[in-house]
Amino acid sequence: MKTVKRTIGTMALAAIMVLTVSCKDGSKNEPAAPMSNEMHQESMDDKDDMAMNENQDAKAEAILKDYFNLKDALVGDDNDKAKELGATLASTLGSFDASSYSDSEQQDLKDIMEDAIEHAEHISESDMAHQREHFKILSKDVTDMVAITGTEMKIYEQFCPMYDNNKGGAWLSMNEEIRNPYFGDKMLKCGKVQREIN
Amino acid sequence: MKFLKIIAWLSLVGLIVIQFFPITLNESDTVPQSDFMVVNQVPATIKNRLQVSCYDCHSNNTDYPWYSKIQPAAWYLEDHIQEGKDELNFNEWAEYSDRRKNSKLRSIISQIEEDKMPLDSYTLIHRDAILSDEDKRMIIDYMTALKDSLE
Repeated sequence: MKTVKRTIGTMALAAIMVLTVSCKDGSKNEPAAPMSNEMHQESMDDKDDMAMNENQDAKAEAILKDYFNLKDALVGDDNDKAKELGATLASTLGSFDASSYSDSEQQDLKDIMEDAIEHAEHISESDMAHQREHFKILSKDVTDMVAITGTEMKIYEQFCPMYDNNKGGAWLSMNEEIRNPYFGDKMLKCGKVQREIN
Repeated sequence: MKFLKIIAWLSLVGLIVIQFFPITLNESDTVPQSDFMVVNQVPATIKNRLQVSCYDCHSNNTDYPWYSKIQPAAWYLEDHIQEGKDELNFNEWAEYSDRRKNSKLRSIISQIEEDKMPLDSYTLIHRDAILSDEDKRMIIDYMTALKDSLE
């Protein structure tokens, strides 16, 4: 009898644990997360709006700045930092305002941003290998964005032919010197400058 | 002992109560014009594989298993389906820009190559959703060709 009671007790405990966990998840998902997100984005918007008055391309520059920070984290093989910076980049991409561009440019920019946000979000929750996979496509998105928005910065498009089973991978950098974000420490200097922007 | 008894009763009551929480079912009678299979010329064998192995979580119509009637399993499923559709919804294929199609195809290919999809927790019960090496090769080849045609 005692053992029966004990088994029932354990089962009940397990059931309660499942319950509390799922309840917690539910409440966490609903009000808290979106609220804080919204607030965060709002404050980002404010900041960007202010910068916008001084410089038309402030938003594109902000995206580039976050992109370069992310790239540096990948160069440094720093998974956690890349996660953090991926999330930062995703929110900066999300606050991009294309209204000053022509209709067809706006459409292109919208496509680019949608895609880039998804890759940045994935980077914020993946292991290194995956972060780098997404970074490759993200780099193409950012390069295409710069082709439309332009930038004041001097940027180098660099290319490592060995990444992705020798299909190669390109990235943007502010420095001419090669620091490979796809291999990090393993092959820090693999690659060459493919193109100079500005 | 008394304490445990109370807990046992409480959890039993709890389990019964949560059975009355409904979930919104992911079900739809119609296949929209924007569906992957409608937009693309997908060979019948691949069509069938995608339908069985992917569409439960990556479309607007899930073929629900029996345990979807029981909580908290139903919540677990609801979560997974929502997440799956956010990542990729085959029903909305035509609505993705070419750039995003490209990204999606890339992810489909790498997920299958790395055996990440279909999820182990899914194939555990849906044995028919397991992709054989031949299936994988076939799907990857098809998706790669489709991706190349977009570029």
